[in-house]
Amino acid sequence: MIGRLIEDVAGVRRVLESVRTVGMVGASSDWKRPSYYVMKYLQSRGYKVIPVNSRAAGQTLLGETVCGSLSEIVDTFEMVNVFRKPEAAERVVDEVIALPKEKGVRVVWFQLGIRNQEAADKAIAAGLDVVMDRCAKIEYGRHHSELAWGGFNTGIISAKRPKIRML
Amino acid sequence: MSNSPKSRSYGFETRMIHAGAKPDAVTGARQTPIFQNTSYVFEDSDHAASLFNLQTYGFIYSRLTNPTVAVLEERLANLEGGCGATCCASGHAAQIMALFPFMEPGAKVVASTRLYGGSITQFGKTFKKFGWETIFVDTDDLEAVKKAITNDVRALFVESLANPGGVVSDLEVLAAISHENNALLVVDNTLATPVLCRPFEWHADLVVHSLTKFLSGNGTTMGGAVIDSGTVDWSASDKFRGLTDPDPAYHGISFYETFGDLAYTTYGHTVGLRDLGATLAPMNAFLTLLGLETLSLRIERHCANAEQVAMFLADHPKVAWVSYAGLAESPYRALCDKYLGGRAGSVLTFGVKGGYDAGIRVVENVGLWSHLANIGDARSLILHPASTTHRQLTDEQRVAAGAGDDVIRLSVGLETVEDLITDLDSALAVG
Repeated sequence: MIGRLIEDVAGVRRVLESVRTVGMVGASSDWKRPSYYVMKYLQSRGYKVIPVNSRAAGQTLLGETVCGSLSEIVDTFEMVNVFRKPEAAERVVDEVIALPKEKGVRVVWFQLGIRNQEAADKAIAAGLDVVMDRCAKIEYGRHHSELAWGGFNTGIISAKRPKIRML
Repeated sequence: MSNSPKSRSYGFETRMIHAGAKPDAVTGARQTPIFQNTSYVFEDSDHAASLFNLQTYGFIYSRLTNPTVAVLEERLANLEGGCGATCCASGHAAQIMALFPFMEPGAKVVASTRLYGGSITQFGKTFKKFGWETIFVDTDDLEAVKKAITNDVRALFVESLANPGGVVSDLEVLAAISHENNALLVVDNTLATPVLCRPFEWHADLVVHSLTKFLSGNGTTMGGAVIDSGTVDWSASDKFRGLTDPDPAYHGISFYETFGDLAYTTYGHTVGLRDLGATLAPMNAFLTLLGLETLSLRIERHCANAEQVAMFLADHPKVAWVSYAGLAESPYRALCDKYLGGRAGSVLTFGVKGGYDAGIRVVENVGLWSHLANIGDARSLILHPASTTHRQLTDEQRVAAGAGDDVIRLSVGLETVEDLITDLDSALAVG
């Protein structure tokens, strides 16, 4: 079965709701880099994030041990979040495809600014769902009112009383 | 990618009432609370640092963002079909805020000679103090616009429906001309409102509003807004380096790289409002939200009343001419059909026979029309621009802006239209 490119707001929301553990390729220990504060943000919202960075393998980042590659991750994880240059995207997809099925990876998510159609097509052909050129922090915030605090159009219309989120 | 979701699944009126405003999670309050509040308690020092680094969501200080204002911003962005909005203290503040992210000393904008007179003064005189240069062009003359948008021009600024002249801009063509030279099209949509015109559908890049007018609708509230389409590639040329270069005040981030299509609106709040300080008050945001809930109903009646007043004036022996794009004989009728759905708003001008003195006599002899300098009120308003709002312009500028000696400007309100016509008729009889 082939995967699909998820572009609609509702589809992206379902991805975020169905995922608990994320392998983050290109995680940086530099607090100024988006990968660092997206990881920190996702952790604060209850996700387990396992950082992957060959140059920092074995170091501790935000309480997690950095893995040298995706294949070194011991746990199961449903999503790979890619913070690499577009040119490197296809190689990451190859690594994901090579992972044993029991690892449970279903989604490859390329960070905002990363578009690589060949990499996306390859992942989709291998049965993976793909989110491209989006930020997991922005998309999580869209569905939990936080994005709207900055004056953004979340596209969400609802007369339901929101649940209070307990951290 | 685009973070501006297609809001088309819900109709305009539904979004006009609901967009941005969920029930309060804690209290269940259905109407948007007025957060009359300056500052927000941090969870801990790490949270505070993350907020100041723009690395997490949250409120710091109401000069930058406020929960009530944010509801209005989302609603406006939604109604215009944009990705985000920055509200500010007035429509004039919105014009500065719109240009601020990508302007710098020596940078140029092209603006329509038909802009509202107050805007012409702001662009032509005050912006000069920032080193921003404005080239004024008659935007009906498309060849002149093409010539004026040289490589060093960053934006073209027009009104969709001009105040006070009854002029409609050819937005689709102006967008194409602007984009050929990597310039933005910025559209003031105050008179049309998103009920009549959504400039992003015609490829405009930014929209500005005076909230003071039809959006709030009752003459209670000063306010402005800048709305971003979210479709500009800020890195496509080196004109917009404010959004692409590292910002030393935020530890060297590039707004465009970090926030993607949210970059412009993020910059508007975290640099624009932070440093220019022209923030919208929460109470004013609340009043504007109340106004927006009835916007489409009011605009429908405003337009219907204005059409009748325009037709009455067009047949009146003491009236030399009427400028209203809704009239069959208006040269802007075709553009009005294309961009405004055939409805021309409720601000119009007419020329009274007898010039300057006759104009003054009309405004002094009405009893139901309020003689004041505003538009877009539930009440009908009348003004003689030459002796008031347009006094700061040269004679030539006044005529170009549709405010010659004989011009009377009307903003037709929501009263019984027969009463409005009767009152105008008796004032014209005196003149």
